[in-house]
Amino acid sequence: MTNPVVTQRLTKRYGSLTAVDALDLEVRAGEVYGFLGPNGAGKTTTLRMLLGLIKPTSGEVRLFGVPPGRPGHLARVGSLVEGPAFYPYLSGSDNLKAMARHARVGAGRIALVLDQVDLTGRARDRYASYSLGMKQRLGVAAALLKDPRLVVLDEPTNGLDPAGMADMRLLVRRLGAAGCTVLLSSHLMTEVQELCDRVGVISRGRLVAESTVAELRGDRTLRIVADPLEAAAGTARDLIGADAVSVRDGGLDLNVAPGRAPEINAALVRAGIAVHELTARERSLEQAFFDLTAPDPASTPPPPLTGLKTEQNYV
Amino acid sequence: MFDDIRAEARKLLRRPAIWTLLAVALTLSLIFTYIVPYAGYAGGTSGPTADRGLAAMLPDQLVGNAIGGLPVFLGALMLILGVLTVGSEYAWGTWKTVLTQDPSRVRVYAAKLVVALLAALAGVLAVFAAGAAASALIASGESAPLDWPAAGDVLVGIGAGWLIAAMWTVLGALLAVALRGVALPVGLGLVWLLAVQSLLSLIAAPLLDWVAQVQKGLPGPNAGSLVAALGGGTDTPGVEAVVGGGQATLVIAAYVIAFAALGGATLRRRDIL
Ligand SMILES: Nc1ncnc2c1ncn2[C@@H]1O[C@H](COP(=O)(O)OP(=O)(O)O)[C@@H](O)[C@H]1O
Ligand SMILES: [Mg+2]
Repeated sequence: MTNPVVTQRLTKRYGSLTAVDALDLEVRAGEVYGFLGPNGAGKTTTLRMLLGLIKPTSGEVRLFGVPPGRPGHLARVGSLVEGPAFYPYLSGSDNLKAMARHARVGAGRIALVLDQVDLTGRARDRYASYSLGMKQRLGVAAALLKDPRLVVLDEPTNGLDPAGMADMRLLVRRLGAAGCTVLLSSHLMTEVQELCDRVGVISRGRLVAESTVAELRGDRTLRIVADPLEAAAGTARDLIGADAVSVRDGGLDLNVAPGRAPEINAALVRAGIAVHELTARERSLEQAFFDLTAPDPASTPPPPLTGLKTEQNYV
Repeated sequence: MFDDIRAEARKLLRRPAIWTLLAVALTLSLIFTYIVPYAGYAGGTSGPTADRGLAAMLPDQLVGNAIGGLPVFLGALMLILGVLTVGSEYAWGTWKTVLTQDPSRVRVYAAKLVVALLAALAGVLAVFAAGAAASALIASGESAPLDWPAAGDVLVGIGAGWLIAAMWTVLGALLAVALRGVALPVGLGLVWLLAVQSLLSLIAAPLLDWVAQVQKGLPGPNAGSLVAALGGGTDTPGVEAVVGGGQATLVIAAYVIAFAALGGATLRRRDIL
């Protein structure tokens, strides 16, 4: 079976800015895929290209094997990208009626999706009178009209209060449990950790890592507190290479498999160094995320506050 | 396509601004075609239109009177109709919601034009109906003859009025796509229709021969010529026989097709944010 989402070297340039850079993305049927990246990383731009709203500068997109612009490209794909947008003078259900016509979906779906997002009680009120949370839920309802096999959600919890966030996450979990493929973009590690099977991390337009949540947390490190510290650092460098050793907070961080702990301990003791503490540490997902997306010090000035710029572009 | 038309019809008919446009169109045409001239006639004032007097307000003048506003002020309202139909999708960011439901862009655009053009026809018919009622009222009040124009002439008048209205509506839609919004297209469209057009015909064309020649190809003068050919009073702003009625019809029809095609092609090509 063809994968719900496949991109090949997908690229979008705005003038000299490369918003999305040769992105190879693959989302498999039935999984909840987290598309994780800081503000301005290129998540929304990627999703817009998937949906055919903007044209790639180069590269390819296929949803269930169908490229944008072909009939049926979005036949069973629902989406909510960069916030909900509806006609302010129409009620929630009239908005959905119009969208259902465009989707060539029977009006019977409307009551169903309103119920799914828990908006039935306010469906007859004008969209303009909705709170942000209700607008967001109507956006999800519109995404569900086609009874989609793939749902694309772009930071769906943005701007919601804690209860709204919890509702939205429950909805994503339910979609996943029902066998729907979900592509969820987010800048929140906790959200992705909580909801997703697999994660792709995007930073400055590039996919810098792709794995399961557990793998991404990944690299384990050794933490050593010893005396004298300088001598300990020297011994460790001789043993595992200078790159893998860093001095921090009165101790050493060794980027090495924890299985080598006895060997390192023995070497330190042989060198007459007192080892006070030797622990295996798991990197938090948060740390992994920062490491992956932190601006590369070698590359010239990192774009400051890209996120802010993005917000302004779409106000 | 039919589903998209029904979706667009719902959006248009439920929209308060559209009904405001219709109310303004009817009010303005009644005021300037019947109420003000009749007040002038009844008060015996002499003015630019006074010499035509009562005769200009009687039922047999219905066709020219009903379509007389389309080269300028009714045209401006039609342009706003076109801009609102298409430009609001940009202003509200709703293009993405519509287009991710999977209709093709060109199909949605065509559906929008169909619905806007039907609304324009309804507007033209309403102006005819209001004009008929006003002229019948004046005729009976003044014990003047109730001579109606031939049905064929009325039909041709409605058709011509619709054609001119269609040109402005589709131009509004094109401007909305080109400028991706509502405010700027409405502003620029009105500056063109209300200011530039009359500057060209009143000031530039008499002075410069090439401007006079260019005028023969522009939307406004062709609309004015078609109205003049069907009996519109040439004292109405924008109504002037610059070219013949047949040529004007062809030029206006060509504009309708060109504006529609250009708008559709632009929408298809551009990124939607
Ligand atoms: N239409 C546009 N014109 C110019 N730059 C853009 C446009 N859209 C996005 N960008 C830039 O592309 C980068 C990625 O933006 P975006 O995809 O919105 O990031 P994210 O959704 O991950 O926060 C940002 O630097 C943003 O400023
Ligand atoms: Mg974004």
